[in-house]
Amino acid sequence: MQAPVVYPSKREGPLEPPAEFAVLRQGPPVWMVVPGRKPCWLVTRFEDARALLGDRRISSDDTRADYPQMAAVPPGLLSFLRMDDPRHGTIRRLLTPEFTVRRISALRTAIEDAADGLLDELAAGPRPVDLIAHYALPLPSLVICRLLGVPFEDHEFFQSRSAAIMSYDDPPEVGGRAMLELGDYLGRLIDAKTREPSDDMLGRVIAKAGADVSREDLVGIARLLIVAGHETTANMLGVSVLALLQHPDQLAALRADPTIIQNAVEELLRHQTIVQAAVARTATEDIDVGGVTIAAGDGVIVAVQSANRDETVAEDPDRLDLTRPPTRHLAFGHGAHQCLGQALARLELDIGLTRLFSRLPSLALAASHLPQARETAAVYGLHDLQVTW
Amino acid sequence: MTHLTADREACRGAGQCTRLAPALFDQDDDTGLVVLLTDSPTEAQLPTARHAASFCPTGAITLSPP
Repeated sequence: MQAPVVYPSKREGPLEPPAEFAVLRQGPPVWMVVPGRKPCWLVTRFEDARALLGDRRISSDDTRADYPQMAAVPPGLLSFLRMDDPRHGTIRRLLTPEFTVRRISALRTAIEDAADGLLDELAAGPRPVDLIAHYALPLPSLVICRLLGVPFEDHEFFQSRSAAIMSYDDPPEVGGRAMLELGDYLGRLIDAKTREPSDDMLGRVIAKAGADVSREDLVGIARLLIVAGHETTANMLGVSVLALLQHPDQLAALRADPTIIQNAVEELLRHQTIVQAAVARTATEDIDVGGVTIAAGDGVIVAVQSANRDETVAEDPDRLDLTRPPTRHLAFGHGAHQCLGQALARLELDIGLTRLFSRLPSLALAASHLPQARETAAVYGLHDLQVTW
Repeated sequence: MTHLTADREACRGAGQCTRLAPALFDQDDDTGLVVLLTDSPTEAQLPTARHAASFCPTGAITLSPP
């Protein structure tokens, strides 16, 4: 057997996935070293990744001793994201009516207003400015706080605690402390909403939860939605802006025909997949994947950011092409755990990009600015993006 | 005639079908799960139906014959 690889994280540039993935995609899943644990499998090809994520013989349960956790988060704190059916289905179905295509579409005006409000402040302020701190992060933060019924005034607290579980260089204690603090806060909010029912997502979920859903379950749900609402769209929006600024021909195509925005968002999700080390599973039976056997009890990391640059998902996959026909990209995962909030993410990206480039048409990177990237985070993103106009 | 089915037990409410083929699929307001608007797609709707089925993350949508 070949020597185990180290998880590729070094990038040539902020928009280029680690080059080693292209080499790894030439073959089947490989063994990978995980510090302090037994090695696990690394899946890099599109068909292997899709088949495995759709397979019922894998587990997402991070309380299993053989679960290959990479992010700095102790087991059992990420609710249904890290559960198996039927429990996963029970908890997820409390939320599915909240995230339907129709329900999310109805938020369009509210999200546009939120974007415009932030852009008013941005346009009135000094230049250059960090677009991550002043737009990409507060927009989804505002949206998820209002949707859940959580006070936006406390957003700095949520943002810092959400970010704390992302680094896979940090020990789990770091993320554990942040998750407990977030849980204490949300527990008090849930108690208040239990006493006085509110017409927001948390209020409705509390009202609907049956006897088999505990207060701890509710805290877990709220925490997952806060973390997912902060760490995904915010990073994707920041990376997307950089990608468009670095590909002026593509930005010009979008400006020439703004109706391609939905297609553009799909291509940005494929080309700049931000989920990089968060898709972890354990095989519950022996599973053949691309010619190797992943044995029962083996851990697997599915590198969706690599799978989305596979030639079987898109022709000339490294090229950003906003007019490309729809691809079956894995940016939202696949299988029973496919992203619950994907309609919201798509809408926020659509509005966030459209409003930004129409309000500030001359938007450009600040002179000589090199954005700092979060290379070793479970969800990739930029620390900062200095822009001017 | 091609027959279209959607398995609500397998559905996890990701909404891909409703997004890609709103003339064929909807989501129940109370559960978020798939609702079939027709079980007999027209010849013209077949490509869209197949497209939506291929995107379903849990394989809940089937066409017979495929």
